[in-house]
Amino acid sequence: MNPRSSFDKALIEIQEDIFQLANLVGQAIYNAVQSLIKLDPAGAAQVIMCDEEIDDLYAKIESKCIKIIATQQPIARDLRMVVTGIKILLSLERIGDHAVDIAQATMCIRESELNRKSSEYLTKMSRIVQQMIKDSLEAYSERDVQKAQEMCTLDDEVDHIFTKIFQLLIDNILTDPKSIVQSSYLLYVSRYLERIADHATDIGEAVIYLITGERKKLN
Amino acid sequence: MDKSELNEPNKNKILVKKLNLFYKDYQALKNINLNIKANKITALIGPSGCGKSTFLRTLNRMNDLIEGVKVEGTILLEGENIYEPEVDVANLRKRVGMVFQRPNPFPMSVYDNVAYGPRIHGLKNKRQLDEIIEKSLNLAALWEEVSDRLFKSALGLSGGQQQRLCIARLLAVEPEVLLMDEPSSALDPISTLKIEELIQVLKKDYTIVIVTHNMQQAARVSDVTAFFLNGELIEHGATEEIFTRPKDQRTEDYISGRFG
Repeated sequence: MNPRSSFDKALIEIQEDIFQLANLVGQAIYNAVQSLIKLDPAGAAQVIMCDEEIDDLYAKIESKCIKIIATQQPIARDLRMVVTGIKILLSLERIGDHAVDIAQATMCIRESELNRKSSEYLTKMSRIVQQMIKDSLEAYSERDVQKAQEMCTLDDEVDHIFTKIFQLLIDNILTDPKSIVQSSYLLYVSRYLERIADHATDIGEAVIYLITGERKKLN
Repeated sequence: MDKSELNEPNKNKILVKKLNLFYKDYQALKNINLNIKANKITALIGPSGCGKSTFLRTLNRMNDLIEGVKVEGTILLEGENIYEPEVDVANLRKRVGMVFQRPNPFPMSVYDNVAYGPRIHGLKNKRQLDEIIEKSLNLAALWEEVSDRLFKSALGLSGGQQQRLCIARLLAVEPEVLLMDEPSSALDPISTLKIEELIQVLKKDYTIVIVTHNMQQAARVSDVTAFFLNGELIEHGATEEIFTRPKDQRTEDYISGRFG
């Protein structure tokens, strides 16, 4: 008989809740960026409304983690599991907030069309950061150090696109001063996507700590 | 031995080398090698029957009192092997004192309990004895609670007070090493915390080795943790390391409660 079976069950439950939160957050980024590309304020409003669900689930999982610390006094890998859970939660919640930031930016853009090149860059960034979130959660689920490390290398690609889109938007402002409002909001959006990649990297680092007990800086 | 080993800042107080212990045919300790650091608290943990209490008792030769016990290997206290035949065991137990699971005050006054050791060692001067009693009770964080009842029976004290009295009785003979065998397992949570606090204060002047079944206690009070299983020392190291990332799966299973 495993004397910790109910505790183990509670740990598994936390992990499953985290996957659910990750799904919601991943969907929120996708929807936020799609709304931006299509300049769809209704879709953006939907993203903002859905953030409440993310925040509620975040609070629910955080409470479970606090309860498990207070009542079960986890140590060794168990402790790392709970601490990692909290770190991943925080990262996901911040990513969710950035999805809202992108949606809010979308609602402020008044033009009917988005600059085509910017749109390509942002779509690409969005695809990579979603992949990073997916990979980081897979590394978490499979306890896979290598996958966590590989996922973090995508952050360099995001940084690279960020540099390019930054330059593009500055050029746009200089050549067409009327584009300043749209370009400024798109600068914000690219910055949010870049931050999302950083949070995904934080998840990767947390997963490596969970598995090895070692702290590793990956970005 | 190389005396320089004893002069490092992180000085070893006790060096245990290739220690084996047999109860007749049964081997209770198997090739134990462990350095016990001076002025640190070393916690010995492990399931019942793993050998941790037996090991603790080898450090002041308490096992000598059990028939059929055979000890091999060396235990160096400040460089001297305590198992050499010429060692004065009474003097060894004065240097390496022990506190037991249940408080065991003598059926006499608080004062006489603490004075017992110094008197046995020949001290008769009343003023000197008074000083030792006050100092020892102060060190054991008990003076304020008993100073007005020094000449009443120690058996009237609470369990926690009795255990601190036993610690004061030990300190009165000025030991160097304190061995504690589950010193708070019979105490309520507040008395337990007082003992833990006391242990922390005492490590400034003493080397402390504590056996505990309480994982959280080991994590709270000790600097070094050693995990025993089936008579073997499986893993030892900084307590923080052992409780956050133990190297051996058996240690992980035990401390996280999944053993067996």
